[in-house]
Amino acid sequence: MSRYYSKDHEWLEIEGNVGTIGITDYAQHQLGDITYIEMPEVGSEIKQFSIFCTIESVKAASDVYAPVSGKIKEINEALENTPEIINKSPEGEGWIVKVEVSNVSEFDNLMDKSSYESYVKGLD
Amino acid sequence: MENLKSTPLEAEHIRLKAKMAPFGGWNMPIQYESIIEEHMQCRKSIALFDTCHMGEFFFTGDLEKTNIERAFSFKVGTIKVGKCRYGLILNEKGGMVDDCIIYRLGENELMMVVNAGTKDNDFNVIKSVLKGDFVFEDKSEVTSKIDVQGPLSRDLLRKYFGSAVDELKYFSFVNANLMGQDVMLSRTGYTGELGFEIYMPSKICVEVWNELLKDERIKPAGLGARDLLRLEMGYPLYGSDLDEETTPLEADLSYFVHLDKDFVGKDVLMKQVENGLEKIRVGFVCDGRRAPRHGYRIFADGVDIGYVTSGGFSPSLGKGIGMGYVKTKYSSENSTLELSQDKVKINAVVEKIPFYKDGSLRK
Repeated sequence: MSRYYSKDHEWLEIEGNVGTIGITDYAQHQLGDITYIEMPEVGSEIKQFSIFCTIESVKAASDVYAPVSGKIKEINEALENTPEIINKSPEGEGWIVKVEVSNVSEFDNLMDKSSYESYVKGLD
Repeated sequence: MENLKSTPLEAEHIRLKAKMAPFGGWNMPIQYESIIEEHMQCRKSIALFDTCHMGEFFFTGDLEKTNIERAFSFKVGTIKVGKCRYGLILNEKGGMVDDCIIYRLGENELMMVVNAGTKDNDFNVIKSVLKGDFVFEDKSEVTSKIDVQGPLSRDLLRKYFGSAVDELKYFSFVNANLMGQDVMLSRTGYTGELGFEIYMPSKICVEVWNELLKDERIKPAGLGARDLLRLEMGYPLYGSDLDEETTPLEADLSYFVHLDKDFVGKDVLMKQVENGLEKIRVGFVCDGRRAPRHGYRIFADGVDIGYVTSGGFSPSLGKGIGMGYVKTKYSSENSTLELSQDKVKINAVVEKIPFYKDGSLRK
């Protein structure tokens, strides 16, 4: 298993050809209390760095960008009624979707954990 | 971000790690940790708000001879000493310059509490109608105000104000002593819960704030929670739901308009009473968690009938709620609406406000 991070604060965990996608702890902290998530449909195609879902917090609605291209295999249905799971466990139980990754070379456009951590430090 | 004003509590907010943001020209705490937790804190226990940014004007003069009634949509002269009243300041077009609360301090003495962003304009508008002998002063800089809101607030404040807290009725106030200073304690509130406001000299504000926070039942809450709390009560917010282009009748605030007295803008309101309103403010509840935002359009039967002025997620209802202006024929309860912006479409139903009905406000 390996985990990648995007500049837009999404994480991607790869197991075989399946990628699990969520938002980082930094992102959930920026958003504040999450109240609603508009999920993509299972079976739909997503494209790296394009909007694939929208998260609403008490403060505003924010777009979430796909860290990788692929086909949506599964969505985290628990988030429908309890999206605040993302606030509590953004990089665990608060995962958003699982995708069938279509292009592994796209991982080169992402960061590893330590690079992401220094990237975030630079933002503060 | 330049030239933002600071309340005496700014350093305390920063120490408490609040997220700060500009509001009405002031650097204010939006949230400390979680807006929803701060909201629930106010609904279940006690929340402490910094409201020092609001304006306080003091007036001394004969109410009849100084023409002051003309400056407000509501009767000032019938407010009893020790009571306060909510109402509007209007322009010649009947549009709302601001909403405010007037405190009758004495036979010839008033305090007016106004919004931060509109304060200077309010002062000039009120002053422009006054005549004769009067003293009218803006003492916002030396007056601090904090709001103690929540079902347990009376219990907490009894420690400082004794039985005065128990005797204080809704929309009343008393003069009191706190930390050796003359202060004023009132009971109006903006959250739907039992709550009190303490007006005090700015020099004791930090001390009072920190003293109150020693009790484990009370926690600071920011403007984010305050906005959600007032939204659940259907209270309009000046700048979002009320503005200079809208009349109080359109805002469904006719209760706070006394048409049997003379005031600036009255003739426009009289015409509206005669001809009927084209639009009116309504509250609506969405069919899910998704919340509309200020500026969304409102549709009914595929026709554009209005706009959203406030919206958010209601922690108490678990649904999106909001307020906005619609053509009057769509304003009746249970009218179905579609709230829309770009790709977002939310189904909603007109509902009577307050959305949150179990508050401790009048207990």
